[in-house]
Amino acid sequence: MSVQAIIIATVVIAAVGLFIGIFLGVAGVKFEVEVDEKAVAVREELPGANCGGCGFAGCDGLAAAIAAGTAPVNGCPVCSEEACNKIAAIMGVEAGSGEKMVAFVKCAGTCEKAKEKYQYSGVQDCNMAAALPGAGSKACSYGCMGYGSCVAACPFDAIHVVDGVAVVDPVECKACSKCIAACPKKLIELVPYKAECRVECSSHDKGKDVMAVCSVGCIGCGICAKQCPKEAITMENNVAHIDYEKCISCGICAAKCPKGIITMNAKAQKIKEIDAKKKAEAAAKAKEAAAAKAAAAKAEAAAKAEEKPEA
Amino acid sequence: MGNLLIIAIGSALVSNVVLSQFLGICPFLGVSKKVETAAGMGVAVIFVITLASTITILLYDFIMVPLNIEYLQTIVFILVIAALVQFVEMFLKKSMPSLYNALGVYLPLITTNCAVLGVALTNVQKSYNIIESIVNGFATAVGFTISIVILAGIREKMEYNDFPAAFKGSPIVLITASLMAIAFFGFSGII
Repeated sequence: MSVQAIIIATVVIAAVGLFIGIFLGVAGVKFEVEVDEKAVAVREELPGANCGGCGFAGCDGLAAAIAAGTAPVNGCPVCSEEACNKIAAIMGVEAGSGEKMVAFVKCAGTCEKAKEKYQYSGVQDCNMAAALPGAGSKACSYGCMGYGSCVAACPFDAIHVVDGVAVVDPVECKACSKCIAACPKKLIELVPYKAECRVECSSHDKGKDVMAVCSVGCIGCGICAKQCPKEAITMENNVAHIDYEKCISCGICAAKCPKGIITMNAKAQKIKEIDAKKKAEAAAKAKEAAAAKAAAAKAEAAAKAEEKPEA
Repeated sequence: MGNLLIIAIGSALVSNVVLSQFLGICPFLGVSKKVETAAGMGVAVIFVITLASTITILLYDFIMVPLNIEYLQTIVFILVIAALVQFVEMFLKKSMPSLYNALGVYLPLITTNCAVLGVALTNVQKSYNIIESIVNGFATAVGFTISIVILAGIREKMEYNDFPAAFKGSPIVLITASLMAIAFFGFSGII
């Protein structure tokens, strides 16, 4: 090895590097694509999960569409209101107040409440199970099988299988519709976050058939539809359906439903909490009273015992 | 013509770049979860390798051989390929946005892959002429695409299988790849 070879190698590589550097620099200027500054700014505000809930191919697609004015500024269903307002500010328009929607699973047939036709021990995937004879092992062919395809599809960890039925966490849910696409039973739909009354069943079977397989299935009696003051409830295919544009969340349907499948989302929970508190208080009072009685009895007994030696 | 056909079949199937030369394993394992993305990667690889083998053989024949600096081939090829892909990306972004979007993230991803450099060096090693080099590059990349798409197809099906815990994830993919390599070994009698 000679010094000359080293020098030649160094010079050649340096020259190549220099040439490439200048070449790419020039090319970079020449082939520069004008990127819409607005699109970049909008992209910064978008969540970046690329969930596709907006219908575009990822957040970049939506950002470009918003910047071009072909998509509404609140086109992202995932964005917080704050981010939507920021995007609106970038675009210089008012953000329409898009109502927050959440996914909702229309089935309450948990392991205890709904029967099973047979033991399923195959792949834990709803699409696979739904392809089996009888559309899955659940006795109700419309119900949630609980193999968690929606859980796997959720990019926000907002849906979980509890007691054999998928349940959406409304706080975490961003209404991206991924779970809706994943469910082979088409059980999940988007409902307004504020909507109080929700029908927790999607069975199209007649009342008797429903009762045979599930204790919390809609029997299609239509009492809710008759009782609703706003005529917001209609019976479609033997199951109640609520029109959320008319629903005023009065809760009459929930109170009148003989099967208790119309749930009052927040209100019902509050009522339950208050009831539980009252019960707890009553129990505490009863305990206190019992304790007082016991103490009095003890004191009496003690007094008697004390009296005895004296006597 | 027959010579070119032999080179093409030889590098696409018989000495497949992934399954018999073990080059380009990293995208082969990394981007083979879905057939769609695997195909995207394959197209990007075909594009880059064909281009790179063309440029490098021209560079070698007309600049490096006359200047007696063949011994610098490895490092010069690396530099040139990287710069070339960078330039092509800029060019596509400006003049062919649709192709740029189709190749997407795979184009820069493949820049520094060993398969690209491997093909360029093989061309020199086997002293192919310019046409032969281009055919060899293209066929090698097609071989890569074939194997990555097949692996992706198998992996899509395997998603539903229930493996022992120890085999889940990469191990079963490596075993699959090894079985594919054995299967491709069957081509060795063709030429």
